Amino acid sequence: MPNTVTIDWYIALSAILFTIGALGVLLRRNILILFMSVELMLNSANLLFVAFARYRGVLDGQVLVFFVITVAAAEVAVGLALIVAIFRTKHSTNIDDINLLKG
Amino acid sequence: MIHPITFIILAAVAVAAALGMLLSRNAIYSALYLVLNFMTVAVFYLVLNAPFIAMVQITVYAGAIVVLFLFVIMLLGAERLRGVGDAVRGGERFHRAAALILAIVLIGVFAYLLIVGNPTDALVQMPPIDTSPQALGRLLFSSYLFPFEVTGVLLLAAIAGVVIFGQARKRGNRDA
Repeated sequence: MPNTVTIDWYIALSAILFTIGALGVLLRRNILILFMSVELMLNSANLLFVAFARYRGVLDGQVLVFFVITVAAAEVAVGLALIVAIFRTKHSTNIDDINLLKG
Repeated sequence: MIHPITFIILAAVAVAAALGMLLSRNAIYSALYLVLNFMTVAVFYLVLNAPFIAMVQITVYAGAIVVLFLFVIMLLGAERLRGVGDAVRGGERFHRAAALILAIVLIGVFAYLLIVGNPTDALVQMPPIDTSPQALGRLLFSSYLFPFEVTGVLLLAAIAGVVIFGQARKRGNRDA
């Protein structure tokens, strides 16, 4: 086993977490789990930002993570308000039931 | 500097929590697994010399965002839902196989880039820099001042949007 943790380790972990998040979006039909999977993907990107900031010795990566967290918070607030509004009319959180625009 | 064994244990916890979120049938368990994953990533941030980001991760992500998720799940009573292992409809089996193939392709491309491409071979770790909240704030209010202001407008728009969505039903009833 190598005795130092290189940035490749963080890239691999981030890639695995991102893939699990993408699988969550593709596999699950519950819109709340879909949102959680999107958060997981954003989080894996954040991890990579911080790792590269550390390994390159710059602070800018951490500032970008700050912005990503802000945007994620805004996105979740609006998204959950939308889910509640949809639930009032459809009484379901299954994305297969949200098909009013279907011809 | 983190020890490889520590890294592997933490990474295993993070991946296991992510898989738990993906596979659990109860949406509340999914949200709690997500908290575990966020906490583990916060530990990675601490190791990577980003203490402020680690604390923001815990307060904003594990605190505010997941609590919002739990509120909505309990408000809608939507915790019991069909999971990955439940009976599938006809078209869904094809959908599921396609998703798994796409995931395998995605992880394969990542692995190929990491092993064959290896663009980060020459990247050695720099000595730690000042990552205190003061240093972060100084950078935020100098080089990144305009994006910071835009973020403020975005948050204002998000608040306005949430308030309008929250009122939609009440106003509709009065009109009808």
